[in-house]
Amino acid sequence: MTMFEYAPAPESRSIVDIRPSYGLFVDGEFTDGTGTPLKTVNPATEEVLSEVAVGTDADVDRAVRAARRAFVKTWGPMRPADRGKYLFRIARLLQERAREFAVLETLDNGKPIRESRDVDVPLAAAHFFYHAGWADKLEHAGLGPAPRPLGVAGQVIPWNFPLLMLAWKVAPALATGNTVVLKPAETTPLTALLFAEVCQQADLPPGVVNIVTGAGETGRAVISHPDVDKVAFTGSTEVGRSIARAVAGTEKRLTLELGGKAANIVFDDAPVDQAVEGIVRGIFFNQGHVCCAGSRLLVQESVHDDVVAALQRRIGTLRVGDPMDKNTDLGAINSHAQLERIRELAAYGETEGATCWQPEGDLPDRGFWFKPTVFTDVSPAHRIARDEVFGPVLSVMTFRTPDEAVAKANNTTYGLSAGIWSEKGSRILQVTDQLRAGVVWANTFNEFDPTSPFGGYKQSGYGREGGRQGLAAYLRSDS
Amino acid sequence: MSDRLPVRKTYKLYLGGAFPRSESGRTYEVHDAKGHFVANAAWASRKDGRDAVVAARGAFAKWSGATAYNRGQVLYRVAEVMEGRAAQFTEEVAAGEGLSTGRARAAVDAAIDRWVWYAGWTDKLAAVLGSTNPVAGPYFGFSVPEPTGVVAVLAPQRSSLLGLVSVLAPVLAAGNTAVVVSSKERPLPAITLGEVLATSDVPGGVVNLLTGDAAEIGPWLAEHADVDAIDLAGAPAPLAMELERSAAGTVKRVLRAPADEPDWSADPGLSRLRPFLETKSVWHPIGV
Repeated sequence: MTMFEYAPAPESRSIVDIRPSYGLFVDGEFTDGTGTPLKTVNPATEEVLSEVAVGTDADVDRAVRAARRAFVKTWGPMRPADRGKYLFRIARLLQERAREFAVLETLDNGKPIRESRDVDVPLAAAHFFYHAGWADKLEHAGLGPAPRPLGVAGQVIPWNFPLLMLAWKVAPALATGNTVVLKPAETTPLTALLFAEVCQQADLPPGVVNIVTGAGETGRAVISHPDVDKVAFTGSTEVGRSIARAVAGTEKRLTLELGGKAANIVFDDAPVDQAVEGIVRGIFFNQGHVCCAGSRLLVQESVHDDVVAALQRRIGTLRVGDPMDKNTDLGAINSHAQLERIRELAAYGETEGATCWQPEGDLPDRGFWFKPTVFTDVSPAHRIARDEVFGPVLSVMTFRTPDEAVAKANNTTYGLSAGIWSEKGSRILQVTDQLRAGVVWANTFNEFDPTSPFGGYKQSGYGREGGRQGLAAYLRSDS
Repeated sequence: MSDRLPVRKTYKLYLGGAFPRSESGRTYEVHDAKGHFVANAAWASRKDGRDAVVAARGAFAKWSGATAYNRGQVLYRVAEVMEGRAAQFTEEVAAGEGLSTGRARAAVDAAIDRWVWYAGWTDKLAAVLGSTNPVAGPYFGFSVPEPTGVVAVLAPQRSSLLGLVSVLAPVLAAGNTAVVVSSKERPLPAITLGEVLATSDVPGGVVNLLTGDAAEIGPWLAEHADVDAIDLAGAPAPLAMELERSAAGTVKRVLRAPADEPDWSADPGLSRLRPFLETKSVWHPIGV
């Protein structure tokens, strides 16, 4: 197949001004951390971008005190409409500085600039805009006549959508009158620190948002601090379990958004080209670093060969490489550790008897890369059909009847999302009804919106983010 | 008639729609509030707990898949049948909890009314807790509440009937199935309630009532991979913490217990429905 050659179309990085080192954002100011600083690298080049402070127990304590003070003195007593106005300001500032955020996100995370520009940053701004409007309307949220904030929220977020996950956590917490201590992921702290500048530009009162960077130990300090009233975590199911254990027996409220192993079900009447686009979007969006990625493709047996052939043809046209290039489809794997994990699980795929397929083409010499990968002949017992790979690896299985599709789709300890491809509306609705998953996309995949509650069934976690339902995670209800 | 020798009841478990003894063959003595022997109750074992989970999982598809209207009618039917047995419940509650007949009857009445209240919720939850989502794109988006699955319920220790109904009815109204460990010292109303459920069109397995010790069976339920949620109402503080910790292993939803058993006559609102409901958000494209 002849392909049009694309000239390189790199986005300029001159818009961002990365400082050589960053402190912690506590009580409205950047301050030194007392831990040994960590380096954050560009995963596409392995270039060190900056040195970032690491928060210790003492630093976290300082941040929680600042958050408590702000909750008691400024943010808590503030008129709800004014809280809303601050959030509107933040939404606008994110839009104004969208390009800067997108470039910084791509440099620190490795995701294609097209995605950070068109998905991460606009959605983050939308989340603040949406929740801003809730701030003075909470009595209409269906949580009783006078729902009250919980207090200080300790929030720990992952590296796959650094700014967007920050928005999912911070926006609802602030809109409901809570204050925040947020720990970004150790490999992607930079947009959170730029967000701290946005808080300063918005004149957000000191202590309302505190950002404490660091790794696992810092996160543990945040969630286990005795003066934290609410813990919100997005990340792996393994860490989620340990957090649930840590808050057991306390008064802390907890919401968890954990892993997934979503089934993407293609029925024989699905429009193949459209389905293939959805399959690609489902598993290769953000290099597959998506908790709701459609990592298990269930294809009706009669169309299996056609779908797989069309899928491979399409994957052959994907551009893997420089995330800063505007034509890039798949960027870099976020870290060396994650790359190792993907390699390990993919190796299991082959040794357990599945057939591995990858497109032709070279990968860059430096940086962390993994080709888009399709495993066929996968059995439900294979590790690649059960474990979350969190990378660009698709496992293809077949089914004969809708009942079998549902049974296979639900045959997982996870329950975050699922996809259905069919032209038949009644079948879509029936299968949707039977899938044990928190989000179901029919004839589309990986769509997100602040008005649409997101979260898992089963071991994918509990609580929702977004929508009216998401507010419940941050409010004490009388009803 | 007064010289007739009464026929006493053998109190057994209610499991999978039947009334078996504990597989362990164990029983324990139940005394009234004054310390007099009343009956031997079945002393449920870990294995009974696991059998109950199997029964509850088996019943889940049918119960959660029933129409909300149907579930509402079945729960209303429970109230109807209980009303006819009010005298028996009153006697058991009065004896077990040491209440006057009048106060016991008030608790029974409140328990019956609680079924009626929850029966009316089944077909309103989707409207009250669900939504259509005005997403910024060409999609029809909506969110619906769905039952969490199999819920383990450690029933309150003091309020043997009203407390029990207050924790069980919302689990069922939301479409879940239940494995209940009754009050240990006051288990008899639970088994009588089982007899009501068995004759109220509640499908077998939807409710499984185990009499015995929450401290013995609770840890197995908290750990069990096929239990989706646990209500710690009847677990004392140190046990509750241990159970919450072990429930974390399978990311169960945990409804914590307040330090002291609450006043069950208070209006429960949605506080016991929300914890056992999941929200499913659905996206469908708009276009040709």
